Amino acid sequence: MWTFFYKMSSGRSFYQLSGRFIPFFALASMLLFAYGLVGGLWLAPPDFQQGDAFRIIYIHVPSAFLSLMIFSVMTFCAVLSLVWRIKMADLILQVSCPLGAWFTALALATGSIWGKPMWGTYWVWDARLTSELILLFIYFGVIVLSHTIPEERTAAKASAILTLVGFVDIPIIHFSVNWWNTLHQGDTLKIFSKSTIAPSMLHPLLAMIGAFAFFYGWMCLSRARSLCLLKDKRARWVEELVKSW
Amino acid sequence: MSRFTLAAGALCQRELLLLWRHKTNVLQPLIFYLIVMTLFPLALGHSAKLLARIAPGVAWVAALLSMLLSLENLFAKDHQDGSLEILLLSPQPLPALVLVKIFTHWLVTGLPIVLLTPLMALLMGMPDVSWHYLMLGLLLGTPSLSLVGAIGSALTVGLSSSGVLIALLMLPLYIPVLIFGSGLVVTAAAGLPVAGILAILGALLCLCIALAPLACGFALRVACQ
Repeated sequence: MWTFFYKMSSGRSFYQLSGRFIPFFALASMLLFAYGLVGGLWLAPPDFQQGDAFRIIYIHVPSAFLSLMIFSVMTFCAVLSLVWRIKMADLILQVSCPLGAWFTALALATGSIWGKPMWGTYWVWDARLTSELILLFIYFGVIVLSHTIPEERTAAKASAILTLVGFVDIPIIHFSVNWWNTLHQGDTLKIFSKSTIAPSMLHPLLAMIGAFAFFYGWMCLSRARSLCLLKDKRARWVEELVKSW
Repeated sequence: MSRFTLAAGALCQRELLLLWRHKTNVLQPLIFYLIVMTLFPLALGHSAKLLARIAPGVAWVAALLSMLLSLENLFAKDHQDGSLEILLLSPQPLPALVLVKIFTHWLVTGLPIVLLTPLMALLMGMPDVSWHYLMLGLLLGTPSLSLVGAIGSALTVGLSSSGVLIALLMLPLYIPVLIFGSGLVVTAAAGLPVAGILAILGALLCLCIALAPLACGFALRVACQ
């Protein structure tokens, strides 16, 4: 495994390997999207209480899941970058940040659209909503910091440190529904016990989460590839690559 | 005395001397705090009932903003005149030295805000129990604010205009202290037990003392490479 990570410190092998992953990610994401959307929006029965309004869950839950997952990926990359100085981890961190911010914004927006008919309000200052909003601000902070510091290496390391510091918010968001009595409902999906959702609704939801995750992997890798080319633009392998086209 | 105590003492003395010689830098955030506190009664109308109710929250927000203002100078001046590099080269552990530096910084920015609370209570007409707990909360909370803010200050140390950036980076991380700090006063005013909230504020402070100097030291090393 370590040789894999060491290989990843060279731009060339990252570029080649990620090129092989991208088609799989894209295909998996498209297939899961197709199943999830048809299954969720059409085949799944309307909810007993919420009617068809519950179907926004197929966007809301995956984007909320991704907002946490991407930050965790970024934290992992921050550790890789600070401890083992793997350059590609910086790239992944840098391109993940705007993606994570978008998913967080999407989770907040769909949540508030869902909240209006169900709770009677677009926004409440409840622990989960507030901590998700704070997460959005932390994403903004990392984006701004990495763009403000002119020196590339310093910018990457500084945003890695800020990511590690900001990671304290992730467990707070995840456990907020257990620690506090919130208007936001508790966890519906459970890993270790039976989920509190009917299978006909659950399977499309899991598919949508998978689709979002693969979509993120796809977008993240293709953006990281372009950034990789840009950073190594003076390197010989980039020159050869351009000539071979 | 061990070498570390000597170094820490010398650093502490130097910091205090510098702050004493640049009194205006120390006074600016305090005056800012007083002015912000004055703005609220003027903006919201001065009905005694309303003021007494919003005063703790307002005091917390004002304290938070004024501490942010003073953070810009925490490492920037040392970076400009090169003494920060001397600090980094010192054989003593950097996080411990940074902790000393943050503590001195808190002594002149955080502690005066805590001590001003009775005056604020007078101005805002707060009941006794509220301001006692406000003061206690600020005493436990402002060191955490200094410690967390120091990370932002260290991250942005080489940049020309870091004031707004520090605010952007650090305000989201200040929110837990703000929530529990002002929650303490509300709970106490309602006559409910406050031990749990005090424990959380104390735990946040312990966490910050343990981790923030490490992050700060790391950020300073990155910035000065």
